[in-house]
Amino acid sequence: MEAVVLDGITKTYAGGKVLAVDNVSLTVKPGELFGLIGPDGAGKTSIFRVLTTLLQADKGSATVQGLDVVKDYQRIRQILGYMPGKFSLYQDLTVEENLHFFATLFGTTIEANYGIIREIYEQLKPFKDRRAGKLSGGMKQKLALCCALIHKPEVLFLDEPTTGVDVVSRREFWDMLARLKSMGITILVSTPYMDEASLCERIALIQAGRIMQIDAPEQIVRSYPVRLYAAKADDIYGLLKDMRENPAVESCYAFGEYLHLTMKSETADAIMALEGFARERGHTGITVKEIAPGIEDTFIRLMNQKTQ
Amino acid sequence: MGEQVIVCKELTKRFGDFYAVNNISFEVNKGEIFGFLGANGAGKTTAMRILCGLSYPSSGSATVAGFDVYRQQDEIKKNIGYMSQKFSLYENLTVSENIEFYGGVYGLSRAVIRERSAALIQTLGLEKEAKKLVGELPLGWKQKLAFSVAIFHRPQIVFLDEPTGGVDPVTRRQFWDMIYEAAAGGITVFVTTHYMDEAEYCNRVTIMVDGKIEALDAPQALKQRFGAGNMEEVFYQLARSAKRSSD
Repeated sequence: MEAVVLDGITKTYAGGKVLAVDNVSLTVKPGELFGLIGPDGAGKTSIFRVLTTLLQADKGSATVQGLDVVKDYQRIRQILGYMPGKFSLYQDLTVEENLHFFATLFGTTIEANYGIIREIYEQLKPFKDRRAGKLSGGMKQKLALCCALIHKPEVLFLDEPTTGVDVVSRREFWDMLARLKSMGITILVSTPYMDEASLCERIALIQAGRIMQIDAPEQIVRSYPVRLYAAKADDIYGLLKDMRENPAVESCYAFGEYLHLTMKSETADAIMALEGFARERGHTGITVKEIAPGIEDTFIRLMNQKTQ
Repeated sequence: MGEQVIVCKELTKRFGDFYAVNNISFEVNKGEIFGFLGANGAGKTTAMRILCGLSYPSSGSATVAGFDVYRQQDEIKKNIGYMSQKFSLYENLTVSENIEFYGGVYGLSRAVIRERSAALIQTLGLEKEAKKLVGELPLGWKQKLAFSVAIFHRPQIVFLDEPTGGVDPVTRRQFWDMIYEAAAGGITVFVTTHYMDEAEYCNRVTIMVDGKIEALDAPQALKQRFGAGNMEEVFYQLARSAKRSSD
């Protein structure tokens, strides 16, 4: 049995005027760490709200651990943990009170399931008498995760847990997810950060309510259909503008230190041709090389195909 | 080095015995894209509030666009633009109304507003959307419009506080095209971001840790100094030793 199944889910708002989720189907296997990767407005939160039984879809069906999100919503709520994108704990309760509240709500105690949250909660313990509203961003995030876990859920839904969080805290958070996965918890997590995709076993790339591709991150990257080149020069913005005028270049985007380029037709001497073009335009400090594409390259390519 | 539009000397902001900003010094050159990075709670927002004329430092000195942060806050506000991911435009006003409103706030004449507004709407390709409420626009368009509005009064400096959070990868790059263009036109860009690839687009980058500036240089030089392949690694090396964490 699959842990999560979405079958042709469509969700609209404003009386059908806004199409948030457009015929989305996907499955998450038991014990899998599955990522929904896409920008704001892609439909990630709507999908989470359908799966957590907070919202009914217009069309399609969905199950969590074999239970139907409409018919069996009460039973689903017992077995899922949900961390919404917006901080949703009680700001006026302390850290410990929040945790106690959520444990009681699910008919359990902090002690009964302490093993699951121990590693995360130990970091919060020095602040256990502090009101949740007074915690730092990183601490709030850890408390929210503890509260989502305290009833020992079978499936964990995390909606953009790392948005707006710095690089160090983001890495810590993904380490925590890896440990939760090793305890056998199925995790569906969403993120707008493409670099986090590689930390998931399988991902769905989602944009404007539609799934563009689902696969293991390595496979998605491998399916990139053309050769990809990286180029840089001393004047990188000048190079960007020039390369976009190059008739042989299909696409050209800034990517950190380099530009990433694809060519309209595959030729053996693409690197030399690009170098030559940059020199003709008067650039100095030119480097051009072929590189392996990343998830973000794939995402951009799929997005552009959709809009063309 | 050309003209310096921000000069900070030993700038400090203290709340009780907590040093939110602890003795930072740096200069920003005219037309530069200056990346202001740091872990959550490092003191970026506090420093930025001082530089925008919204908060007084406890000690040290700073000038922004030539104006003193203690005595000339109003002058500073007239000469800078500001945009953040959290607040930018009025969702219940139309595109045109938002532009008109901001132009009015900054004291531009009706004639100037009309003229620049028409040009801006055309540049952004928003002719069809001009009479739509901003709340109905996709996030990417909103962010691009918000940036254009922030520099509508042609400020010397624009402060961008995580301008691209949550934006799709294509729009994020279009946004940076606009930043480059503004900088090429002489507007100094002071920007914070959590996307480390965007740190590479800056001329120079500072990384704040626990209220202090731990590094300040061109991305290439920082990567060399820390033996790192990219800015994310540089950031991680510096920020993982941070003791503070808050928003």
